[in-house]
Amino acid sequence: MNEGYLLIDFGSTYTKLTLVDIKQELIIATSKAITTVETNIMDGFNKAFHLLKQKYDEKEIKIIKKLACSSAAGGLKMVTIGLVPELTVEAGKRAALGAGARVLKTYSYEITSDEINEIKQMQVDIILLSGGTDGGNKEIIIHNAEKIAKHFQSIPIILAGNKCAHDEIREIFNTHKIKYQVTQNVMPRLNEINVLPVREKIRELFMKNIIRSKGMDHAEDFIDGILMPTPAAVLKASEILSKGTDKQDGIGDLIVVDIGGATTDVHSLADGYPTKAGINLKGLKEPFAKRTVEGDLGMRYSALALLEASGEKMIKDYLSLENIKEKCSFLHQHINFVPKKEEDIAFDEALAKVATKLAINRHVGHIEIAYTPLGEVYNQYGKDLLEVNYIIGTGGVLVHSRNPDDILKEGLFSKQEPTLLKPKNPMFKIDKQYILSAMGLLAYDLPDCAYRMMKKYIIDKWEDS
Amino acid sequence: MNGKTIVIGVIGSDVHAVGNKIIDYALTNAGFNVVNVGVLSTQEDFINAAVETNADCILISSLYGHGELDCQGIREKCDEAGLKDILLYIGGNIVVGKQDFKDVEERFKKLGFNRVYPPGVKIEAGIEDLKKDLEIKQ
Repeated sequence: MNEGYLLIDFGSTYTKLTLVDIKQELIIATSKAITTVETNIMDGFNKAFHLLKQKYDEKEIKIIKKLACSSAAGGLKMVTIGLVPELTVEAGKRAALGAGARVLKTYSYEITSDEINEIKQMQVDIILLSGGTDGGNKEIIIHNAEKIAKHFQSIPIILAGNKCAHDEIREIFNTHKIKYQVTQNVMPRLNEINVLPVREKIRELFMKNIIRSKGMDHAEDFIDGILMPTPAAVLKASEILSKGTDKQDGIGDLIVVDIGGATTDVHSLADGYPTKAGINLKGLKEPFAKRTVEGDLGMRYSALALLEASGEKMIKDYLSLENIKEKCSFLHQHINFVPKKEEDIAFDEALAKVATKLAINRHVGHIEIAYTPLGEVYNQYGKDLLEVNYIIGTGGVLVHSRNPDDILKEGLFSKQEPTLLKPKNPMFKIDKQYILSAMGLLAYDLPDCAYRMMKKYIIDKWEDS
Repeated sequence: MNGKTIVIGVIGSDVHAVGNKIIDYALTNAGFNVVNVGVLSTQEDFINAAVETNADCILISSLYGHGELDCQGIREKCDEAGLKDILLYIGGNIVVGKQDFKDVEERFKKLGFNRVYPPGVKIEAGIEDLKKDLEIKQ
């Protein structure tokens, strides 16, 4: 009898199960059912589990571990507070996004009472407090800590600012009996970003506190652990695929595009240094594993926001159609709509093309030309992804599309916009079996197995018999 | 380390990188905490860096003659950013042509600079002034 891992994704809409044979490194079965967070999260799970059991022989494989990730109940909602918008605020935001959080809003400088009230309305799960380089500004972060301590007794805080202010802030938080965690500064020196300690703290808090507050503790009795938010699992999987493990080399730089109903996520796994000579790198350094989330680009709930972001003209580049606005409103209201008719499929694909193009445009770095007495000089902001090897697509519309490559092509470098540093000649791959988040979970225990499976199923397009 | 933080860099569309590195090296050796925003830096780059690092002085280099244009309004922006009494130094070839340095110095002082250096001054002179202005004991 072989040993298996059951990998679970409590998604916002569906609870998805993947059963993996860890010895043969095969996907044995997958199933899904609607997520039931309002009643008991286990109802949906049991339904999916029941479906799964019909697809494999219980005598052949024994489940030895069950791991889960979750974006149910609105995902992990965070706000981040920093000092200067381009510096610690941006660094904090990147750290939270990389941890798989939904960053509802960011705040800079001294936070005001109005802003405090705004945060109160949002029902956030974690607040990230940063500000100042080590040895830098202490005044603002201490002011903000005092404000937070007065108003948010029940929300866990992660403190990752100027280390010289931490002692004073600890005292403030202790006096007010605040639940908090302290970690390394998210920007220890100017323009240097340090996201990993914050990411790890967010994950710890997510496992300890957030699961319970979202009514998911029922699941904990049956499952070995809800390890992380779903986007963090996707990022983890992408990182292993790109970098490899202790024992195996990875496949190199890559981009993952995940087009969902409400958002489009882009993950890039690359240092992003300039690929051409004579270019100055400006601004905040980028993390190797970077995730951006476009809240206004989605196939269903965000279809109207997408139209607003792109304009009708851009959609018409892909599809000549008159009633675009009506179609988008329909999709916005029917978030479970599955296209069957040819025209609906074509419309979905046009939206997906727009989402891919805009999301990648916003994710990649760009070049700015400065005219100096010594001639033109070039400044690079963000990541240079011109030479990335792969663009990998995931999410319903890409997985089910007949021409997913046509959608992903929208993420390519274009001569019309030469300052956007998009990939020039990547290979396109699709996460057909929808395994990225599952592989991110598996990678926590068995990185080598996860790497080989992703290589087999996504890169080498190994078909399940 | 003397505990004082200095933001340095080259302002405007100016790519003179060598002097910038020398200043970085010399100030670091003299015990300052140096935050270098590098060449092609805007006023905002200097100011943002000074806010986050709680800097004591912004030391601007300009080698290509457009220093006066590039520095218009920097003192006011510092005030706006909460850097009330931060020291502002500038040096290099800060204007074009052969001008009387007394006039030049006066114009830059009007822009809000505390110290203005003509071409050819050694960085050691600037370090002496920094120690005086920041009351660092020798």
